[in-house]
Amino acid sequence: MANVRINGEDRALDGPDDTSLLWGIRDLAGLTGTKYGCGTGLCGACTVLVDGVSVRACQATLEEVAGKEVTTIEGLDADGNHPVQVAWRQANVPQCGFCQAGQIMQAASLLNETPNPTDEQILESMAGNICRCGCYERIVAAVRLAATGA
Amino acid sequence: MLHTIEQAVLRGPVGKTAGLAISKVSRRSFLQGSAAVFTIAAVASEARAFERYETGGNSMPHGLRYDPHIFVSIDADGTVTLVAHRSEMGQGSRTSVPMVLADEMGADWNRVTLVQAEGDEPKYGNQDTDGSRSLRHHVQSMRQMGASVRHMLASAAAKKWGVDPSTVQVGVHEVTSGTFRAGFGELAAAAMKEPVPAFEDLTFKSEDEFRYIGKGNIQIYDLHDITTGKAVYGADVMLPGMKVAAIARPPVLGAPPVRYDASATWEVAGVEHVLGLEVSIPPAKFAPLGGIAVIAGNTDAAIRGRDALEIEWGSSPHEEFDSAAHMAEMRATAAEPGNVLRTVGDPDGAFAGAAKTVEREYSQAFMVHATMEPPAAVANVANGKAEIWAPVQSPYGTRVDVANALHMDPADVTVNVTLLGGGFGRKSKCDFAIEAALLSQKIGAPVKVQWTREDDIRNGFNHTTSVERIAVALDAGNKVTGWRHNSVAPSILSTFAPDSGYQFFIESGMGHVDMPFEIPNISVENGKALAHARVGWFRSVSNIPRAWAVQSFASELAHELGRDELEVMLELIGSDRKIDIKAQNFPGDYWNYGEKDEVYPIDTGRLKNVLRLAAEKGGWGKSMPEGEGLGLAVHRSFVTYVAACVHVKVVDGLITVPEVNMAVDCGFVANPERVRSQMEGAAVQGMTIALHSGLTYENGAVLESNYHDYRMVRADNFPRVVKTHMVDHPFSVHASGAGEPGVPPIAPALGNALFHATGKRMRDLPFGDMV
Ligand code: FES
Ligand code: FES
Repeated sequence: MANVRINGEDRALDGPDDTSLLWGIRDLAGLTGTKYGCGTGLCGACTVLVDGVSVRACQATLEEVAGKEVTTIEGLDADGNHPVQVAWRQANVPQCGFCQAGQIMQAASLLNETPNPTDEQILESMAGNICRCGCYERIVAAVRLAATGA
Repeated sequence: MLHTIEQAVLRGPVGKTAGLAISKVSRRSFLQGSAAVFTIAAVASEARAFERYETGGNSMPHGLRYDPHIFVSIDADGTVTLVAHRSEMGQGSRTSVPMVLADEMGADWNRVTLVQAEGDEPKYGNQDTDGSRSLRHHVQSMRQMGASVRHMLASAAAKKWGVDPSTVQVGVHEVTSGTFRAGFGELAAAAMKEPVPAFEDLTFKSEDEFRYIGKGNIQIYDLHDITTGKAVYGADVMLPGMKVAAIARPPVLGAPPVRYDASATWEVAGVEHVLGLEVSIPPAKFAPLGGIAVIAGNTDAAIRGRDALEIEWGSSPHEEFDSAAHMAEMRATAAEPGNVLRTVGDPDGAFAGAAKTVEREYSQAFMVHATMEPPAAVANVANGKAEIWAPVQSPYGTRVDVANALHMDPADVTVNVTLLGGGFGRKSKCDFAIEAALLSQKIGAPVKVQWTREDDIRNGFNHTTSVERIAVALDAGNKVTGWRHNSVAPSILSTFAPDSGYQFFIESGMGHVDMPFEIPNISVENGKALAHARVGWFRSVSNIPRAWAVQSFASELAHELGRDELEVMLELIGSDRKIDIKAQNFPGDYWNYGEKDEVYPIDTGRLKNVLRLAAEKGGWGKSMPEGEGLGLAVHRSFVTYVAACVHVKVVDGLITVPEVNMAVDCGFVANPERVRSQMEGAAVQGMTIALHSGLTYENGAVLESNYHDYRMVRADNFPRVVKTHMVDHPFSVHASGAGEPGVPPIAPALGNALFHATGKRMRDLPFGDMV
């Protein structure tokens, strides 16, 4: 059993402490919004927030987040209306959508730390998240929109 | 694409059904709103039918459906439920196709619910989501069904109110006549009983009456779910008692595991089964590659257990395959005459008598799809039935293939289609669903198969490698008098039938025999290349290497002649005409993407138009600062015309792309917003293809394994601005598609721009991101 706090709830997950946070979230906590894309920290599809900061869930274990607050896409906002989510919809960002939870969590983390990022900061912060469909132009526009409202 | 391959393999008729009884269609209540009002004159004399044209949709397996009872139901509360029968992989079909029906019937999109069809072509008609066909094949049938429902609602209202049908008006989600008014829901039950009108008796909306079609004002149906993590992809399906499998597949095609040690695997908590799967070797269609499966209670344990296996792999006829040596062989082959597929005039004479010849060779490495969602599928085989949940492009094909693999009747197999986290042709191949089914059958519990990224890179279906050699003969006035193009590439057919080493008509139809230039002497040739990798189709397929070669060559030729590239490209295409494929001696099996040449001809005027448009919008001809350049390319594929003008800027040796202008002519556009997103995505994927996408084989195995060595364009260096310019057409200009045709012109336009920026000519894909 591993005790983890996910989306404001204390969860006892039925797996060893060294279970990957990604698979703990997906298979043990049953929250499938967080995606597997590479398992090696290279794509960002698994991005979640740990104490408000983006973490690649595939690169962390359950024990490493013990006592910390894990936020997944499902918990980012109760109504799904976090400014980043709203901006994502306004800008019609997704194509297939598979990378988008990770992109949104990464953008939310960026804006937590840097509410008014420059373009360079946006590009740098988002460069760890691959979008095979190629939505980058809209991703960058949506991050700007979420930050500035325009 | 699959059905045509099977046609080529079997040399038999297409469209054979698998003997399935047509499932009972739900005849629930039919069609319940206010605003724009559409008058319906429900009588033939007033009919304003659009002019019907024939598409390849009719000759696809199971063809098209026109009966609205199959696709539309309306609840008493007015909720309109539409069936989405095409798979959604990011291209937007799940939204755009039903949107056409909704608009034509007068439904309010906010009151539309979509249900995703399971794999059932005898019921829904063809569902094979591939070949940029969804709108091309279904825009007419969707309009027809929408109009039918509108008429049926109007007839039901006229009877209910005892009024002359000509006084009935269908507005948005409501029907009126004088002071009578009813929502779609109120009329649904009666409307369902009305006969479905014949096409000739239908009136259609005029284009200025469209509220959604052609507007781009409808957001994708799954947008909220995607942005909140609720959207369901293959791996997101969880069943009670479900186990997860990870499979160690042969690193070399067909190499069996001769010995393995699972002791470390058994030490991983949660591992429950270690099972062998029969090894296959091409041609084996979509049969799983086989190997050793590790089945566990969760994905983490399955992958760890799989990675802990120690396996000794046996020998395979492909164990010496080396992609570099193979490339050298293909180059040697390309330098020799190939099998002649198309001849015009006297090409040998033209070259013999040429004042000058220009010859160049281009190549492309193997690629894999690397969809963001690696293959994953869930199967539950129990009590003589099998149920599958999978992100597949061809759900009915999956159903039949799974049934065959399980030795079951397709009637006992159900295939539920999840969202696809990217497809690009990878998910046309249902090997991963078959794996899940076989494993579920073996252990008697639901099984999810999860491919890791390494599996995806190393055990996929490759976009083929190729060498394209092009020569032109020039007369004393530098006029092009002869064209020779020898294409050498392992064929997709090798996955389906014993490998002849030669291309088949579908591959040849993609930018090779259909070369549109107006040149008096032409020889289109194909040299032999055997496949030692599992070859499959990848978004845009053979159009990628052909456009790469032909459009790079056009630029090189212009440079050689000291002339403007745009002028030379336009001149090569020649006069405005619809190519006469007989006079131009196209081969008898010439494949026009499954479309009749009369309906979707090669129209050089449209080809030139998009080229001029992209050039104009991209600022072709303006002077560029040092280290920057513009490049052009144009290509017709999937009966759509796309040109790109790419702006390259080299920054400290890094190739960057500040802007891409894309001009697209895909006939009538149903959803311009998704055409735009497809062009943006194509520019990104095209840049990835140009810079990064190459697999290396040594000793029969792929060396690359994940995104560090099989790289993708990322947010730190992508085409920063993509401007899409659509040629505006009325409905009478036959709709084509936009999923694939954006990709082919990108790499050559980028290469041509790079040449102008640096003087360096790239001829081999991928060429890396540094110069
Ligand atoms: S799955 Fe974690 S970074 Fe790719
Ligand atoms: S939307 Fe498909 S991978 Fe990003």
